[in-house]
Amino acid sequence: MNHTLSDRPPPAQASAAKLPAPGDWTFELLHQYHEAIRSTAQRFGLDTYPNQLEIITAEQMMDAYASVGMPVNYRHWSYGKEFIATDRNYRRGQMGLAYEIVINANPCISYLMEENTMAMQALVIAHAAYGHNSFFKGNYLFRMWTDASSIIDYLVYAKDYVAGCEERHGIDAVELLLDSCHALMNYGVDRYRRPSRLSLGEERARAADREAYAQQQVNELWRTLPRRPEKEAAEKEATRFPAEPQENLLYFIEKNAPLLEPWQREIVRIVRKVAQYFYPQRQTQVMNEGWATFWHHHLLNTLYDDGYLADGLMIEWLKSHTNVVFQPPVGHPSYHGINPYALGFAMYSDIKRICEAPSDEDRDWFPDIAGSDWLATLDHAMRNFKDESFIGQYLSPRLMRAFRLFAIVDDEKAPKLEVSAIHDEAGYRILREAMSRQYDLGSREPNIQVWSVNLRSDRSLVLRHTQHNERPLDDSAEEVLKHVARLWGFPVHLESVDSKGKRSRHWLVTPAPG
Amino acid sequence: MQQIIDRRLAGKNKSIGNRERFLRRHKEQIREAVKRAVAGRGIRDIAQGEDIPIPRRDIREPVFGHGSGGRREMVHPGNRDFVRGDRIDRPQGGGGQGGSGQAGDSGEGEDDFVFHLTKEEFMQVFFDDLALPNLVRTTLADTPAYKTHRAGFSSDGTPNNLHVVRSMRGAIGRRIALGSQARRELARLEALLEVLLAPPVSPSRRQEIQALEDDIEALRAHIERIPYLDPIDLRYRNRVRTPVPTARAVMFCLMDVSGSMDEARKDLAKRFFILLYLFLTRHYERIDIVFIRHHTQAQEVSEHDFFHATETGGTVVSSALVLMEQIIRARYPSGEWNIYGAHASDGDNWHNDSAHCRELLANEILPLCRYFAYIQVVEQEQNLWQEYAALAAISDTFAMRKASTADQIYPVFRELFSKEVRAK
Repeated sequence: MNHTLSDRPPPAQASAAKLPAPGDWTFELLHQYHEAIRSTAQRFGLDTYPNQLEIITAEQMMDAYASVGMPVNYRHWSYGKEFIATDRNYRRGQMGLAYEIVINANPCISYLMEENTMAMQALVIAHAAYGHNSFFKGNYLFRMWTDASSIIDYLVYAKDYVAGCEERHGIDAVELLLDSCHALMNYGVDRYRRPSRLSLGEERARAADREAYAQQQVNELWRTLPRRPEKEAAEKEATRFPAEPQENLLYFIEKNAPLLEPWQREIVRIVRKVAQYFYPQRQTQVMNEGWATFWHHHLLNTLYDDGYLADGLMIEWLKSHTNVVFQPPVGHPSYHGINPYALGFAMYSDIKRICEAPSDEDRDWFPDIAGSDWLATLDHAMRNFKDESFIGQYLSPRLMRAFRLFAIVDDEKAPKLEVSAIHDEAGYRILREAMSRQYDLGSREPNIQVWSVNLRSDRSLVLRHTQHNERPLDDSAEEVLKHVARLWGFPVHLESVDSKGKRSRHWLVTPAPG
Repeated sequence: MQQIIDRRLAGKNKSIGNRERFLRRHKEQIREAVKRAVAGRGIRDIAQGEDIPIPRRDIREPVFGHGSGGRREMVHPGNRDFVRGDRIDRPQGGGGQGGSGQAGDSGEGEDDFVFHLTKEEFMQVFFDDLALPNLVRTTLADTPAYKTHRAGFSSDGTPNNLHVVRSMRGAIGRRIALGSQARRELARLEALLEVLLAPPVSPSRRQEIQALEDDIEALRAHIERIPYLDPIDLRYRNRVRTPVPTARAVMFCLMDVSGSMDEARKDLAKRFFILLYLFLTRHYERIDIVFIRHHTQAQEVSEHDFFHATETGGTVVSSALVLMEQIIRARYPSGEWNIYGAHASDGDNWHNDSAHCRELLANEILPLCRYFAYIQVVEQEQNLWQEYAALAAISDTFAMRKASTADQIYPVFRELFSKEVRAK
């Protein structure tokens, strides 16, 4: 599959010079460590974007937090809220800041916090600059959905554009629009279609054309001039619009909302593009964090075996590593579901084990990879899956036992919860399927699509929620609908339809006047 | 390509624009909170930050999500003794088994979202309420003037503060210290050389002389290499900033506490006093505040009693003026203190007393005061107002105003501030 990784790594050079390991880092040391990590990563054939390591302060880290990790973003109050909350928690000491933020860009930017010790910097470099970076470059979702080389430029464009709109149309108008777009952000992605690439130059040049053209299209759709009778008769047949349900609500609104101004359509588009950029990250949490964790663990251990790293430094990063991959059991006070670092790390380590020392059970379950070359197998797993399929493919019975996994069915109609499977022979497959579904974004988020538009009378938009396992929508649906109505400009219906196709609930929101 | 970039100096506070937008959005709640804070604070504590609570429902960003109900299957780690088919009671409180990573906002429950308004932001909101003109705002928000004066010497500073004599003295000392051993050695060798050079000079001696001359040469070069002026010699004049010592002031807060002054009117009066206080802090290092409340009798009270106790009965304004004058004479000789008076009332006064008040002010108090401001918190004009109006026409240290909302307070001080602005 991958030509770079099919070869075994060359053996390590004997007795490398031990790197100094003081508590505090210096630029000189960063270079040395980075060089050592880089050459080791190269030996394992990790394919990465060029790295750019940036030293930042805690305050700058909080800034980065607040703008969803991006070095530049348009302004919005919700980021201010995020910043205030982070700042407050940090000052109270309730929360440590993450050690690292890494940006899927080319070159790949990793932030190193100035407070970190040398050991932590080494950990972060291995984790972010080689682990995450190679994942960004290799995984098929990222390759398909994001264009690392232009995202920063696009965000600069977005920031300038939004700022320009604030100047021309007032901060309030832009804020309302962004609020509404953010409410639909998760529904602003193409799940099945392949997106077009972003490029700053094109983007700027085309924005103006697009505005004019889009408006013209919309006007055409909503034409009020009377038509010739014979034509009308023909059209009655095909009144359905859109012809098929649309999953990308923001895209549909951008293209078809009757009353939006051109600049508003452009902002909808910006939010949509940003949502699309983050879409792969939401689908590969376990894989991405697991991959980075596996590689910092493997790289630093290899460096130690090669004689580069001092014992104290190892102890220090291992302590932090152990905290990161801790999986509290259910019922533990700090239990918040499955820890993606723990699961991902365990799965990649387990795949390596299956390749190197398969048991009979492994041969039974994974005949294709048991005993194969672990580097190539791991690389294949990283490139071609997302969380859902990764778990469905690679979660081994041994791991299920190690995590002591069990599945619970919560059925509204039953008086009690039922344990549907545990980590035993009968339960492995059920568990694995249930676990895989749990990471399916399609079932984590309610399935809501544009169903139809009433072109003839009140121009109302009908959204349809197709229930999954009879699960209803929560109370915020009405609030979100108000946002949809604000964008659409005319009444918006939302129908919740159960698995038998029966409409079980209905909302109607008309936009506030003015 | 690999790069390590130091971004630490690239500026923080990138989020300041986002923070501003957040504050803007919650202007109303913030204004309310500031109002409450102003009511709750002592006049002297006004210039501080404040924690602002905002209900979580107001900052929620709604998205579509699954509600409870229907059928769902969750996988959890850490099975202890369940086997397939076990039935478990539903955990109390709904979705306790929340599942994958729903921590965050919802995890913190329904507590208010609390954030800290800085002192500057707090004052901004406070001033907004009072409709202060910008020029006045900057005047008020300014920190007091500083004077720099010399305080010894320091080893770092800017070139314009370089103290040449000190630096040269240090340089000489250093040159002596660093070169003394070499010079001593040099002197010894030179003496030796002189002895050796005394004739007759044999060839064996010639070699010795050569060696000695080499040594002498090396020593000379060493002494030569001692720098004439080294960065460590440099001394700079050290300057420290100290606040300009200013005179003392006393501020008299007079308020009518008869039954007709309700909480809202008192709150208005409080803002009036705060503004005067803020103005005075600009100019005076030390400010005493004297609180005098009155109905038919006047008494000096603590700030808390001043704002929070209610009395009933008629009103005799002159009682307060008399007391103020007594206090001035007893404790605040006008030669040493700058005296400011501020009087808030609903304008009600015992009929025969108003003329007496005017006389007291005109003859006894105004000559001692820098400024006296009267604010009436109701519209209706009574005889006290008329008497005072006559006084205001002839006196330039007396100002009066009616204010039934907070933004009407500032004009009382307009004259005071405009003088200040002109002086700048």
